[in-house]
Amino acid sequence: MSEKLIVKTMEEFVAQGKQPEILFWVGSAGSYDDRAKKISRAFVKILNKANVDFAVLGAEESNTGDVAKRAGNEFLFQMQAMMNIEVLNGYEIKRIVTCDPHSFNTLKNEYPSLGGNYEVVHHTQYIKELMDAGRLSLKGETYKGKRITFHDPCYLGRANSVYDAPRDILKKTNANIVEMKRHKKTALCCGAGGAQMFKEPEKGDMDINVMRTKDALETNPNIIATGCPYCNTMMTDGIKAHEKEDSVTVLDVAELIANSI
Amino acid sequence: MEYIPNILFALALIAGIGFFTKNVKKLSRNIKLGRDVDVSDNKPQRWKNMTRIALGQTKMVVRPIAGLLHIIVYVGFIIINIEVLEIIIDGLLGTHRIFAPLGTVYDILIGSFEILAFLVIVAVVAFWIRRNAIKLKRFIKPEMEGWPKKDGNLILYIELVLMALFLTMNAADFQLQQLGAPHYVEAGAFPVSQYIAGLFDGLSISSLILIERTAWWLHILGILAFLNYLYYSKHLHILLAFPNTYYGRVKPQGAFSNVEAVTKEVKLMMDPSADPFAATDDSEAEPEKFGASDVMDLNWVQLLNAYTCTECGRCTSECPANQTGKRLSPRKIMMDTRDRLEEVGKNMDANNGEFVPDGKQLLDDYISKEELWACTTCNACVEACPVSIDPLSIIVEMRRYLVMEQSAAPTELNNMMSNIENNGAPWPYNQMDRLNWVNE
Repeated sequence: MSEKLIVKTMEEFVAQGKQPEILFWVGSAGSYDDRAKKISRAFVKILNKANVDFAVLGAEESNTGDVAKRAGNEFLFQMQAMMNIEVLNGYEIKRIVTCDPHSFNTLKNEYPSLGGNYEVVHHTQYIKELMDAGRLSLKGETYKGKRITFHDPCYLGRANSVYDAPRDILKKTNANIVEMKRHKKTALCCGAGGAQMFKEPEKGDMDINVMRTKDALETNPNIIATGCPYCNTMMTDGIKAHEKEDSVTVLDVAELIANSI
Repeated sequence: MEYIPNILFALALIAGIGFFTKNVKKLSRNIKLGRDVDVSDNKPQRWKNMTRIALGQTKMVVRPIAGLLHIIVYVGFIIINIEVLEIIIDGLLGTHRIFAPLGTVYDILIGSFEILAFLVIVAVVAFWIRRNAIKLKRFIKPEMEGWPKKDGNLILYIELVLMALFLTMNAADFQLQQLGAPHYVEAGAFPVSQYIAGLFDGLSISSLILIERTAWWLHILGILAFLNYLYYSKHLHILLAFPNTYYGRVKPQGAFSNVEAVTKEVKLMMDPSADPFAATDDSEAEPEKFGASDVMDLNWVQLLNAYTCTECGRCTSECPANQTGKRLSPRKIMMDTRDRLEEVGKNMDANNGEFVPDGKQLLDDYISKEELWACTTCNACVEACPVSIDPLSIIVEMRRYLVMEQSAAPTELNNMMSNIENNGAPWPYNQMDRLNWVNE
């Protein structure tokens, strides 16, 4: 696509005898899923803009094993975890940022007892940090006055109590942030978690993402913001089910910020 | 002859407490059937959780109406038990209102018990209306049919009767005090029962004594009976909420346990210096079963969770799968676990404390695969529980059994998992292409 992104791998850092400020864990969705790749690109645009000296693992990154673990395959999870930990520890990684709350949760909470101890932040927390440090500022024109509602990803919100960072940075876009009736602790799942993303739902009378999108549409938004590639897919599909794809868009917080700088 | 009531009382007390102790032992034995789990960490946080969540009822008030009504019954229950202490002493010693010399303090105590008793009656009636007239959705789910529904109502009836007896007793006592009946010292304040006392106008002292004694006896016998009803009821939560909130989750909700037995095997597999043909030193025990297909495969905190569940259904009403018509109900997961555990316990009782395989298990006979695979692991149920129960951990433990012991995951998930095994992503893409997004 358009802009040239600057992305260096850990291998390149080591070759230059340097350590990055932070490692960007792209995650499987961010690497391969067409929609999520755009989120990765948007986040890198932000990192480049703020002159963050970051690295990725590239081909040395492998799936965190999160989804295998939720599906019950502890073997596969731990195999993946230990392979990744070997790579991360080999590079002496201290700090990790990721756009995927599932990777965030697993790296942060489930890797330590297997020997992987890192400070892990979600990209919304990192963007806030960059803003607070004065390294990133927004023009605040693009979304001025637009109605944006934020859908809390389960693995960011309830699972790890991160509720404020995404909202704080969204406010900087000068958009009008509207809350769904069920938000933060009581937010309804998008329906993708627990490996549901990869299977058909069980028999029922509605799809979860359709119900959650209804929650969002009740706020009469221009944009539904998410902080998770899976939520993004589910909400986008939900919008289509409600035939609202012409009037409502689903964007990741990173995309909203990238479009505002 | 004059000591007969004291002796009868002592016998009733011993029988009531004795039978209760027997059931507590059974309860503790059943809970200990679970696997061991380390809960020695984070003690200050655990005490804080118990104080805030169980004692302070902080999660009850998330739903304000039910929360407020519950606090009334809860406070009423605790405070009125001070009166039970007096009743027990009086019963054993043959005294009457032994705390009466406390004077004004006593008046305040009895007065506040009365007001609380009245408020409890109001709350209990409101609870009954919510369950039976308004029929709140969460109380009429399929798992609530039969005994659970009866149990819920029975508790309300018992509480109603106990409070009515308490007030009747006081009303008759108040009349007797006014009439200067011997033995009935003037003590206490009767802000509520003085209005009931009017019903007894004109009755003789002996009739009043009969009413007072009958109410007194039925009240204390009712309390002893209620104590023994707990083990068979969802009402067990009034005791277990405390240990359950103490032993509940202290890590972030997203942190699932890492299975240690798997860690050992994976480390061995990944160790290049390990000799795959060397004799293993773990020959002393049969390999641990992965995951859970029955209650004994769960850990004891999960079993404690099951006994603590009061079937309020807040978990189920917050569950995305349940809301969209799937068969999964987190409350049912807990109720099934308790029912199966009770079945195992009875089996042991009948076989000299040994469990004799009965051809049944928690999986399939109680909880279906369909329920287990409908979970999104979103933690809404865990968040909603007012007493820190974790239905999600049981679901995951049972998925582990299905996947690791039975290879019985849905086909799509098996495809996803073999993709991860082969190319490090849930989709069939080449790992070498992981960075292609940069230039697309």
